[in-house]
Parts: sequence; C-alpha cells; structure tokens
Amino acid sequence: MTRPFLSVENLVVHFPTPDGIVRATDGLSYTLEPGKTLGIVGESGSGKSVSSSAILGLHRGSSAQVSGRIWLDGVDLLSLSDREMQQRRGKDVAMIFQDPLSALHPYYTIGNQVGEAYRVHNDVSKKAARARTIEMLDRVGIPNPQLRVDDYPHQFSGGMRQRAMIAMALINDPELLIADEPTTALDVTVQAQILDLLQDLQREFNTALIMITHDLGVIAEVADDVLVMYAGRAVEYGSTRQLLTAPAMPYTLGLIQSVPDLLSDVNEPLKPIPGNPPSLLDLPSGCAFAPRCTFKHLVPDDLPDTVMPELEEIAPGHLRRCHLQERDLSKLTPVPIGELA
Amino acid sequence: MSAPLLEVKDLTMHFPIRSRGIIPRTVGHIKAVDGVSFTIGAGESLGLVGESGSGKSTTGRLITRLYEPTSGQILFEGHDIAKSSARELKPLRREIQMIFQDPYTSLNPRHTVGEIIGAPLEIHKLVPKEGRLRRVQELLEIVGLNPEHYNRYPHEFSGGQRQRIGIARALTMSPKLLVADEPVSALDVSIQAQIINLLKDLQREMGIAFLFIAHDLAIVRHFCPQVAVMYLGKIVENAPRDELYSNPQHAYTKSLLSAVPDMRQAMVGGRRERIRYVHDVEASAASTAAAIAAKDAAAAKAKTPSKPSA
Amino acid sequence: MLAFIIRRILAGVVMVVVMIFVVFALFFANGNPAINQCGRYCTPEKVEEITGLLGYDKSIPEQFTLFVSGIFVGRDFPVNDEYREALIENGYENRIVHCAAPCLGYSQSDQKTVNQLLIKASGPTLSLAVLSFVIWIFFGILIGVIAAVFKGRWLDKIVVGSTLVVYALPVFVIGTFFLQYVAIKWQLYPYPRFEPLREPADIIPWLTGILLPALTLALFFMAAYVRYTRAFVLESLSEDYIRTARAKGLPERTVLFKHGLRSALTPLVTLAGLDFASLLAGAIITESVFNYQGMGALAVKANNNQDLPVLIGLVIVGATAVIVMNIIVDILYAYIDPRVRIAK
Repeated sequence: MTRPFLSVENLVVHFPTPDGIVRATDGLSYTLEPGKTLGIVGESGSGKSVSSSAILGLHRGSSAQVSGRIWLDGVDLLSLSDREMQQRRGKDVAMIFQDPLSALHPYYTIGNQVGEAYRVHNDVSKKAARARTIEMLDRVGIPNPQLRVDDYPHQFSGGMRQRAMIAMALINDPELLIADEPTTALDVTVQAQILDLLQDLQREFNTALIMITHDLGVIAEVADDVLVMYAGRAVEYGSTRQLLTAPAMPYTLGLIQSVPDLLSDVNEPLKPIPGNPPSLLDLPSGCAFAPRCTFKHLVPDDLPDTVMPELEEIAPGHLRRCHLQERDLSKLTPVPIGELA
Repeated sequence: MSAPLLEVKDLTMHFPIRSRGIIPRTVGHIKAVDGVSFTIGAGESLGLVGESGSGKSTTGRLITRLYEPTSGQILFEGHDIAKSSARELKPLRREIQMIFQDPYTSLNPRHTVGEIIGAPLEIHKLVPKEGRLRRVQELLEIVGLNPEHYNRYPHEFSGGQRQRIGIARALTMSPKLLVADEPVSALDVSIQAQIINLLKDLQREMGIAFLFIAHDLAIVRHFCPQVAVMYLGKIVENAPRDELYSNPQHAYTKSLLSAVPDMRQAMVGGRRERIRYVHDVEASAASTAAAIAAKDAAAAKAKTPSKPSA
Repeated sequence: MLAFIIRRILAGVVMVVVMIFVVFALFFANGNPAINQCGRYCTPEKVEEITGLLGYDKSIPEQFTLFVSGIFVGRDFPVNDEYREALIENGYENRIVHCAAPCLGYSQSDQKTVNQLLIKASGPTLSLAVLSFVIWIFFGILIGVIAAVFKGRWLDKIVVGSTLVVYALPVFVIGTFFLQYVAIKWQLYPYPRFEPLREPADIIPWLTGILLPALTLALFFMAAYVRYTRAFVLESLSEDYIRTARAKGLPERTVLFKHGLRSALTPLVTLAGLDFASLLAGAIITESVFNYQGMGALAVKANNNQDLPVLIGLVIVGATAVIVMNIIVDILYAYIDPRVRIAK
C-alpha cells in the first residue's frame, strides 16, 4: 500500500506553561496528495497554526512537547535531526504567513531576503541568486522586478509584499506549501489576486497546498478537501462540497450559518454560535464543543459532556467527531443550494 | 422637514508631504479624503466600504473630530463642527461616539472594566457618583456581560467580550451617532455574528444612528440599508443596499463585489467571473506618482539623489 | 542621505551656539565672579587684579562678545587695556598671554590658557573613554547575546544576577578594589600610572597604565549593556520575521546574528553614543581614585578654585561632545534602519 504523499498521524503538540499544559493539538491526522489543496478551517485556539508549524519543525528548540508522525514523501519529519530538518525547511516544505509586513525583516532588501532563501539551499553565486530572485519576482507578478529587487519591504504595498513572500517560499520549488491565513491582512481585491496566483503556481509546479484560514469563502474557492479544527482536534474532514452542503457536525454548521454572505436575508438576525471558544488550558472532559452546541439535547444521556467522541467515517472520505446520531444529521442543513441563484 | 442628524459636505483631509531637502518644505499633499459628502438621518445607518487607502477610516475619525478637516463642513444637528475648538466640541462628545477595531489594544489594560465604561460619566459629570456604578452595571447587562464583573481587567475577557466592553463604553452617554470603525474585523468568525446582532438590537432599541465602516461587504450589507463605496478618498457610489449589491453602477463597485469570496456562489457555479478594475492600479499609481514626482522634483532641485520608486 | 546629514549638522551648530550663550549667562548670574575666585586670603587689590586680568568689570554682553571673538580669532590677556599698556611700558611685554583661536579663556590660578589645560587633560580622559568603551561594548554585547540565547537556563541566571551585583557597586568601590588590592596589596598588577601615547612604541606602556581604570569603568557600563542587549535581542527574537527566517531553513546562527542582532542594534547605538559622549567630558570618580589628571580631575580642581574660565571651557567641551555624538548616532541610525532614510 503506497502511503499518501503527506500523512500527518496522531500529531500531538503540548506546551508546558506555569499555568498548566496547553494542549494545542491532540491526536491530529490527515493526508494530502501533490497538486491538491487541503483547507484547514478553525478559529483562534483551534490549533491550526500550531499543527502546521510542526510540519516545518518550527517547534524545535522551544519547550513544546511533540509526538506523532509526519510523513512527507516517505520520510518522518519528526524523526529527523535538527540539522536534517533545517535542510528541508524552505526547500521541500515552505510556509507563507499572515502579515507580510511583520514577516519580512525591515532592514534588508526584498532581494536580499528572497535571495537568501535560494542561497541557503543551493550553492550558487550571489549573481546567480539575484537572477533567480528577479525571475521569481516576475513570476509572481511584481512589475519592474529588476528595479524593485533592491527596495525595502516598507516600500512595497501589502499585496506586493505578499507576492514577494510567495516568491520567497516557492523559489526552491517545494513539494508542500503551507499558507497560514495568507490573505487575511489584505484588501479584498488583492486577496482575489493572491488566491489566483497561488492556484496558478500550484498548477504549474504541482505543489501540495495547505490553506489555513477562517474564511469559508476562501475555502469554497480554493480547497479540494477541508479539515475543520476545534480546540486542537479535527472535528470534521471531507471534500469541500460535502462539508459545505451537508455538514455532519454542529460546529461546522454553526460556522457556515454565522457568516453573512451577499445573498442571505438581511431581515433575519445572523446565527452566531453562542458562547466562546474554550481555553486550551482547561478543556472540557467530554466533547470540547458541547458547552456551545445547540443540538446537544438530541443526544441521549449526557454523552457530550462526559465522553469525547471519536473520529469516525460516516461516508467515504467524510469523517466527523460527534455524538449526534446519523438519523439527526438531516437537521444540520444550511440553506439548500437550490433556493439560491 | 427637519435637518438630518449628520450632513457632511465636501469634506477633505489633506496630509502634507514634506520634501527631504536640507530645508524641509511641503511639496504636495496626500488627499486621504477628497471631497466627501453624505447624510445620515436620526436612527439610520450608512455603511462606508472601501479598501485600505480609500479614506474610510480617516472619514470616521473626521466625523468624531479626532482629526480636524482641511476643508468642508460637518453639520451635526444643523451645526457645523468642522472647525470647532476643543472646548466647543466637549459637549458634542456625548452625542457622537466611536467603536474601534482592535479590542486588544483599544482598552487600557490598567483600568478595570468599570473604570473604562464609567470614564465618560466622570468626565462629563452628568451623573452623581452614587449613580455611576448602577449605570455601569446597566450597560454591562445591555451588552450581554455579567454586571458583577465591573471590577475585572480587560485581559480577563475574550476578544468578543472586550469588544462588548468597548461598545458599552461608547453607549455610556446615550449617543445619537455611533461611528463603528471595523467593529468586528479582529474577531473570530463565530463571534462576529454575535456582535453584529448586538449592534442591530441596540440600534433598534435605542434609535442610534450608525456610520458603519468596514471592508467586509457581506457584513455591511447585513447591517446597513444604505451603503457608500469609497475609493482613493472619494465616494464613487452611494445607494440603497439592494440596488448597490444587485445592480452596481460604478466600475469599482462591480470589481469589489466580484472579488468577494462567496461560499454559496462558489458552490453553485465554481469560481465566479472576476471583474478587474483596470483603473485601480493606474489611478492609485497616478496619485502616488504625482506625489512622488513632486518630491523628486524638489529633491532634484536640492541636488539630492532620490530613489525612483514604482 | 546627504541632506539628512547636513540638516543634522546645521541643527548641531545652532545648538552649540545656544548652549554657549546659556552657559555664559548662568555663570555670570551671581555678580562679579572675581570675588569667588579670589580664594581665602582675599584682598581688594587682588580682586581688582583678577577683574582686570579677566575683564570681569566689563558688561556681560561685552564679555560675551570678547569670548566669542576669542574663539574665532584669539585674544590677549590681561583683558584690561591699561594693564596691558602698563606691562608693555615696563618692558614686561612677554608677560602678555597671546591666546590663539579657538581661545576658551585663561586660568588665573594655573597661569595657563584654558586650551592648554584642556589639551593636557584630554590625554587620560580620551584614553580612558576609548579603551573602556571598546571593552564594555565588545563584552557587553557578547555576553548579552549569550544570555538571550540561553534564556531561562542557569547560564542566563548567573549573568543576570552578577550584572545586578556589579551595577549596584559604586564605581569607586570597584576602582578602589582594583587599586588597593589587585595592584597594591596582592601585587597582581603594576601600579597604574598614566603613560601618554605619542608614538606606536608607546602602546604597551600606555595600555598597561590605562587598563585598570578602563576596566573599572568598563565593568560598570558592561553590567548595564549586558542587560540592554539581552532585552533587545529577546524582543527582536520574538518578532515575526524571525519565524520567517527559520521557516526558510536558515541555520540558527544566521537567524540570530543576521536577523536578530541587527534589529537590536538601533537602540544600542543610541545608548552607546550618549554614554560615550558623557565619558568624553571626564570620568570624575575613576580619575580621582586612580589619580589621573584628566578632565574629570580638572573639573574638580576648577570647582574648588572657583576657576570660572576653566569651568566654562569644560562645559563647552562636554556639551559639544554630546551634540556631536548625537549627530553621529542619528546618522548611524539612518544607516542601520532604512525606514528612517527612505520614504515609502
């Protein structure tokens, strides 16, 4: 049996703090193939950023306790030494971050920082690195790259900066690209351009893409499959179409319903999810979402409050972690698609 | 017919660009707000949408007189407050209030929630000391927080709760107009809806007028019956909600609407047609280029090398 | 960039002029200074002599004008024209002091021009300032970086604790310890005596002579700079661009020195510039402990003698040093941080 290209198995990331252990991620598993996009949806405290940083090994050197396996093209990244991981970082797997202004060093030129990513993994002259940098800046749509390569980050606009970050991440043609909220800090028109760019580049280089976001609209446009995270665990996983049209877990439904879109009824109040996300120091013993779940009453006994549900497959490729019985799933429907358009 | 609550006429805000020669001189202006006009009636809401650099936040700050406009009129209940002095503005601060974007930095971490909400009561001295606590607790309840928590500090609350505190503070003096500058952008998605619902309820119950500034077109549509679109300091379109969203007139509005990632539309027909506003790169480049050209000219005069920037 | 520098220099010149004016006014706020300068065995004749010598009988604006012109073209002492003529008539022309530009005044108690006194005193002070600066910057930053990298571990705790102790010790305690114990009692080091540095061959004796007092000062500043560096580096390492640097696969050493340290440099440059400037005006306590005749010792002596011209000269030199260092710091800052010199 061939293993999937990327396979995260039972990833656990805990941070010991003076106030207790913060369980950022507990037993997370998912897979991804080259050329495909996995969207990871979650709010603050869901563990989406932490688990993805672990793929890059960014937790090394900190106090984080990490266990589980992360298979990338047959190699368990967590078993590598620090030096081996460092050699792969930025080369086989790369990451782009949310705020390109703070993610770039203000004192060095764009050319210096992008070229640096190339030079650390390839033994080339400065001149060759500069040429490659200009080539990449051009490829990501930055006008006049041969001039702008010597500019500093603060001289770029937000969208241009993010393009430069993408150039920096893709300059070594990585097999896996992780984008952590890449468009959240950008204007909507620029956001659209960046998403288009990412998809073009993904098609051209056949990169596997993990898109971390809280914006379901972005997920709908870009992701093939979706992983919904809550309180450090995967609570639903499936194809985008499945999840958005027939969610199998109240939190997913809540996310879909709480976001207004351009077609919803303005006279109806929005349907927020009541309450607040839990603190990762003090997770409830049963289902983490139970305190906020409006469907809790449909489950017999006090199951949601006492027992943590397991991740189970309810349809091919569609998993969920919920006590709600299959017969009640039909109650979890967002507005049917047929009523629109 | 009585005058509208707020009438803004030809409002402009120009920030000077200083040359970097030996003696700094003003060589041009950044026209953050360039001749903006609109009205808001009592109890009504106007949405102001735009992207970064459109001038919408600056407009909000001009209305609350955190800035003094370069020119134009701001008529609040018929009186022009555009050039009023600080003393003249003081009673006005009861009537016009602002809600800020970032709940993590807009509350003083060293003050208790009670002190934050009660501060306007102390400054304006309308309520005697004994009544202040009661009013604070009343407000906490109105925004959905536990009235017994007035002695807690901001860091003990979540982001959504902090934003509620900010709203309570704005409501202390029963203002007639609330300027909400991106009130939910910094919050988690599931909390955004809670706050929007709260603001809608407050508006209905207390009859407060809103200037709702945001970049999220879907949220603005949900909250405001009237929406104005800003681009490079000017209002390019101002229409009732349904008209604007279903039949946009201006090319920029069309491009903006087409760029919104819409989940349901994506499910219906995949990626939708993206309308590019060709003018956007050129126009912003044009105004920036004009400013840069002026700067370069001054620098050339002073014989200082100046880097060409695109 | 050039315009930036020129603007700073012009501003600096204006500041020096204003400062001279203010200092001058302060010193003459109390009537005729000759009385204070006269000393314990004062007679009216002596007061008159001093007044005539230094021109204290003239109006303040006139004295100021003489002072300023003295800076540009030099002047002669005694200031009083009759005294000068009397000296010439009696054949004592060689007793007239021709103070060349830039003339800062004449010291009646030392019978020398202020310039001569300052130049002589600058040797020990400059040596002390430069050597201690080099030592404290190098070791302070190095140890600070190490402490930041090993934050929380025992190495860091030792560093933090010991810097606190060293900083709490007064300078004269450290200095006296070096002098009395290291040099005298335990004979670990030859008795420190200042040896001027006039040619390359003098380096070893100069270094030997200046090391202990330089070390005294350096230890004091080093304690502070270790803490500053540690704090700035820690702050810099928590920035987002450090995460990006690591995500690119840069080795930790590059992340630390190229990305982390450079951001920590800007506040350090500002602090170092100002501290160095203050040392140029003389390290009074250290010079006293080791009995080095630098500007600090000169200041103490001039204060005891109420020797106004010397005091004025010292203040001007010290303030000019601060202003010049400020300009240098500003320029360095613009060089390190491109956001300062390049607009958006």
